[in-house]
Amino acid sequence: MTNSIEELADSNLILVTGSNTTEAHPVISLRMKRAVSKGAKLIVVDPRKIELTKWADRHVQINVGTDIPFFNAVANVIINEQLYDQRYVAKRTEGFEAFATHVQNYPPEYSAEICGIDVEDIYFVAREYAKASPGAAICYTLGITEHSCGSHNVQSLGNLGMLCGNFGAYGGGVNPLRGQNNVQGAGDAGAIPTDLPGYQKIEKAPVREKFEEAWGSPLPARRGITKITAMDQMIRGNVRGVFVMGENTVVSDPHANHAEHALKSAEFMVVQDIFLTDTARIADVVLPAAAFAESEGTFANSERRVQRVRRAVDPPGEAREDIDILLDLFARMGKPQDIETPAEVWDEMRKLTPILAGITYERLEEGHGIQWPCPDEDHPGTEYLHRDDMESGMPGFFAPVDHVPPAEEPDDEFPVMLTTGRRRSTYHTGTQTGRATGFELLVPHEMCEIHPDDAVDWGIEDGDTLRISSRRGSVTVSAKITDRSPRGTVFMSFAFPELTRTNDVTSDAYDFITETPEFKAAAVRIEKAAEQNPQWRAAQKRVRLAGEVIPPTTLKEQHPEEAPMLADD
Amino acid sequence: MTIATPENAAASATMKPLNLQVNGVGVAVPANARVLDALQNAGFDVPTLCYDERVGPKGTCRMCLVEVEVDGRIETVASCTSFAAEGQKVETHTEELKDYRKTLLEMLLSETSAAKAFPEDDKTAHSEFYRAVREYDAKAGAIPLIERRKPAPDPNPFIQRDYDLCIACYRCTNICNEWEQAGAITVDGRGQDSKIFSFFNNNLLDSPCTFCGQCINTCPTGALTDRKLAGIDPHETDHTKSICPYCGVGCGIELVTKGGELVGTKPDFDAPSRGSLCVKGQFASWEFVKSEQRLKHPLIRKDGVLQRATWDEALDLVAANFKKIIDEDGPDSIVCWASARVVTEANYLLQKFARIAIGTNNIDNCSRT
Repeated sequence: MTNSIEELADSNLILVTGSNTTEAHPVISLRMKRAVSKGAKLIVVDPRKIELTKWADRHVQINVGTDIPFFNAVANVIINEQLYDQRYVAKRTEGFEAFATHVQNYPPEYSAEICGIDVEDIYFVAREYAKASPGAAICYTLGITEHSCGSHNVQSLGNLGMLCGNFGAYGGGVNPLRGQNNVQGAGDAGAIPTDLPGYQKIEKAPVREKFEEAWGSPLPARRGITKITAMDQMIRGNVRGVFVMGENTVVSDPHANHAEHALKSAEFMVVQDIFLTDTARIADVVLPAAAFAESEGTFANSERRVQRVRRAVDPPGEAREDIDILLDLFARMGKPQDIETPAEVWDEMRKLTPILAGITYERLEEGHGIQWPCPDEDHPGTEYLHRDDMESGMPGFFAPVDHVPPAEEPDDEFPVMLTTGRRRSTYHTGTQTGRATGFELLVPHEMCEIHPDDAVDWGIEDGDTLRISSRRGSVTVSAKITDRSPRGTVFMSFAFPELTRTNDVTSDAYDFITETPEFKAAAVRIEKAAEQNPQWRAAQKRVRLAGEVIPPTTLKEQHPEEAPMLADD
Repeated sequence: MTIATPENAAASATMKPLNLQVNGVGVAVPANARVLDALQNAGFDVPTLCYDERVGPKGTCRMCLVEVEVDGRIETVASCTSFAAEGQKVETHTEELKDYRKTLLEMLLSETSAAKAFPEDDKTAHSEFYRAVREYDAKAGAIPLIERRKPAPDPNPFIQRDYDLCIACYRCTNICNEWEQAGAITVDGRGQDSKIFSFFNNNLLDSPCTFCGQCINTCPTGALTDRKLAGIDPHETDHTKSICPYCGVGCGIELVTKGGELVGTKPDFDAPSRGSLCVKGQFASWEFVKSEQRLKHPLIRKDGVLQRATWDEALDLVAANFKKIIDEDGPDSIVCWASARVVTEANYLLQKFARIAIGTNNIDNCSRT
């Protein structure tokens, strides 16, 4: 996020797009609701009628994958009606003229047609966003990035932020809400094929030299390959060894059959995890790791805040903290490290990483986390970015981007658009929420959300067992009739892989720059399954007896043959 | 108790701080502070049974009444709703005020169950309400008990609702309707007949409740508790501050342990998340850690099947295979994938491992999936 979570409560306007905030980031949604209570405008641009629309002044229900024509048309109106911040644009940006010319290709009437919306929605969003700026925040999540044009989608939002002077404005900014507890920290630490810690580019010689000197070892100069590329290279035999730390790739990645096939083709695979996940199950070596409550270290949250994670209990059996396992492996590879504790690891990293340099464990003990950039130990951290760019002369660049339809659009054979996402009470592949008692009462199993009119047309009732097929695979799932889905588009999450491995059907397309998969758009066919699951129908019609506490259940043993592997001493 | 929110900070930055005397102790507070902030900053404490900083002052419980001197006159005001003023003199613990609080507490006790009102070894004995009862020596039975209407029991597996202990402070309905804005619970009836209720049958599972658990965490009496912590004596638990293991908001949590074992979580009210959690952070952030299905030993595939191994066997095998692959095909034929789920320090080490121990930049993480 360019700005801070708490600031959202003070925003003049919040434009939420591609983020089901109340379900995926519930506590951030509290700040949005607070802003609305205080009089801020809330605009939701989303194909689905998500819960947050209840608080919104306007829900603009665009078609899946039509973000760029929408936001280009909004920019068109802002420019043609002279609503943009001319001083900001002149002083802090470059490429405005070309951009202004470019968006003339997206008149509101033209884009409204592509987006499937009323043209007035475009004027409304443009005028309200410009009027509320600076201090109007854009928040987005994977609904923007998980498209084959995801990076261009993000740029189309950045264009709006620059037009109206929202970068460097309190309560403004363009804010990606990060999905996982430490996805920010993993990037900050340099677990990226192109970047060393702190987003320092591996391909720059002075950067490499600094790290080579500190680490006492030469560094490869050429950027590495992403996960998506690596899986293709496994199938071709070019990648033979894989080390996976804490990730259930087989379930979480798109076109899951392909991911599983790729990993099985690798000659030697190591998985370090807390459970015998579907990915660990196909590994050659499985290393038992400590969970978060058994580890010392830090997580960095969505607003760049580094916070301490502390050990409350010991890991089970012989499981060990991730860093201890890795330090052992360093030694066995002939590169012993003279650091031991998480604090020493952190210290080594911060001294090489300007944006983290001033964050120490001592400071984290005293306060409630520090937001980077924090260049020195007297620096309080940075609540919002780009504040001083005007002074430092660092301009923002307008990006003229064009509409790219999803790689796969509905056709005669696969006439329905499937989009995927999250639900509040389930998380990712379900390895954690699937083990929490009582959660089976909130969302008992995967459900395919279908618009009521589509359900009538397709002869489907609540609780029916459906077969969802795409060009890549098929799954069975329970039907949920709800107007949260627009007509012609259905929705699923991927938290119940035992019965419904959603990513068997998702698209194998990905963004051509970031290689982020297009989870949000796949063409599918929906049929009533030959075999109906009576439990799914019953669960949907559960009757609760007042006064009787519902007994908790736990995740059933899905793989009883593995019991010996997981046994205690 | 008051967190420096941007709105507070922005307002106070432009105005001069105020100087007050609380029980003779000088204290400076920001220009928009309340009297309650001043007395807390000065190190004094009054019961605040209806107050949650997230929804702001309500002024209904009247427990925080203090005496302030205004223009030479003494006025008794609720410190939570009254703004501080320059030069104000505040008294918090005069005999009249203490007597007054005692009477109010005895009235509240008359609305709670007699059996539960003497919590000698009761699990609720640590609650805000009973701390106040003890501090002011309020006696149950001093005012005759009132039998209040109670809603039907609620079978949900998360939130235990025991309205025998409810004092109708409305913190739960305020946090539900004004902060979480779920609108799951409301006040039904008036006066001593009022009760906390959820439509239509009082089952939270059938209501818009999101099970964020914030009603539990704001309840001052123990009328609302975490069902998963039922039977755990709060005096026997330890709390370790950490961060929720789910999404990127990074809410502060306290891991609750008893005898070296996880038994639950509570929100960390000092964290930037201000004590807020969602259903996952509140009710799903610890059971998976102690699951029977956790991996407890290294495993090595032998004859096609994963089998238990020692750490030395497993790590030697990893190193031997990686060395062999590097020798035969070079370091770029190995990839390492780090994790958005583990601590930053481990991510740092794995990228360093890939780059100097293997010799490749083939390091990625799950940020794209």
